Amino acid sequence: MRELSLNILDIAQNSVKAEASKVEIGILAENNLLTIYVSDNGKGMTKEFLASVTDPFTTTRTTRKVGMGIPLFKMAAESTGGSFSIESEVGKGTKTTASFVIDSIDRMPLGNVAETLTSLIMTSPQIDFKLIYRVDDREFIFDTAEFKTLLEGIPIESAEIINYLKEYLDDNIKIVNGGMDL
Amino acid sequence: MKTLADLNAIKERMRAQINNRAGVDDSKDIRVVVGMATCGIAAGARPVLNAFLEEVSKRNLTNVKVTQAGCLGMCKLEPMVEVFVPGKEKVTYVKLTADAAKQIVAEHIVNGNPVLKYVIGNE
Ligand SMILES: Nc1ncnc2c1ncn2[C@@H]1O[C@H](COP(=O)(O)OP(=O)(O)OP(=O)(O)O)[C@@H](O)[C@H]1O
Ligand SMILES: [Mg+2]
Repeated sequence: MRELSLNILDIAQNSVKAEASKVEIGILAENNLLTIYVSDNGKGMTKEFLASVTDPFTTTRTTRKVGMGIPLFKMAAESTGGSFSIESEVGKGTKTTASFVIDSIDRMPLGNVAETLTSLIMTSPQIDFKLIYRVDDREFIFDTAEFKTLLEGIPIESAEIINYLKEYLDDNIKIVNGGMDL
Repeated sequence: MKTLADLNAIKERMRAQINNRAGVDDSKDIRVVVGMATCGIAAGARPVLNAFLEEVSKRNLTNVKVTQAGCLGMCKLEPMVEVFVPGKEKVTYVKLTADAAKQIVAEHIVNGNPVLKYVIGNE
């Protein structure tokens, strides 16, 4: 993956597949550390399954025998000198967290977070997505549950709304970035 | 900077559209399904998905739904997209780019002619 925002899209797809109704994405940068988490209230994993989930040969996909999403995310973090962890409980949900050393030459740029979010909203409009985007003490929070009440019944996945959201998210992310893209 | 006023204007327009579509049978909608597993995303599914959306929005096509599926089983052929036009056989496109997605909207979705060079088996 050339952008961490693509890993985020991919890890969030695991939550979609786990039938989550709520997915929270955190992107937090502070003291040369970029921490990214995806947490969901999906069906979770058993302890045994979780123990081997960072192994590419662990997957519940039926179309192929390898699952690459988690191993790739873990590798991307660890190659920068950062860390990776995943917590899960059956029936409760899952939280996947990766930390990246920001100035490591092996760190991929964050890339287009707005497009990752709109891709998720457009294709899984029934799920409530929350983004917490923080750089130092500047923060932007976006919650589709709140946004949907603002829409008063207009489908959030309509093309015009998604286009609006893409710009709205991008504007706010830029403000939090304060002139320096992550 | 996008404001709440911008959103309200869109909402007004959309309400009119939704009223116009009241009574339209949405089982007749065209569905575009993008493969969004790791293989698809790594190969470029996100720009393809967004190109579909942009083109659908630019042309104001209200009868098109863009959704996602997991791994469609042929990772080497990603980004893959399936287009379902009601009453027609499903068309599977492979190795798409954003430009190819725009062409598919223009030729297949609007005019009903699948873009053969991207159809699986022709790649
Ligand atoms: N948030 C989650 N909730 C429940 N199960 C999960 C979650 N994330 C991962 N899993 C389980 O872990 C497995 C491995 O995940 P991983 O993302 O590495 O591969 P995959 O999703 O199977 O395939 P790929 O990511 O390559 O498309 C999944 O098949 C799924 O069973
Ligand atoms: Mg996955």
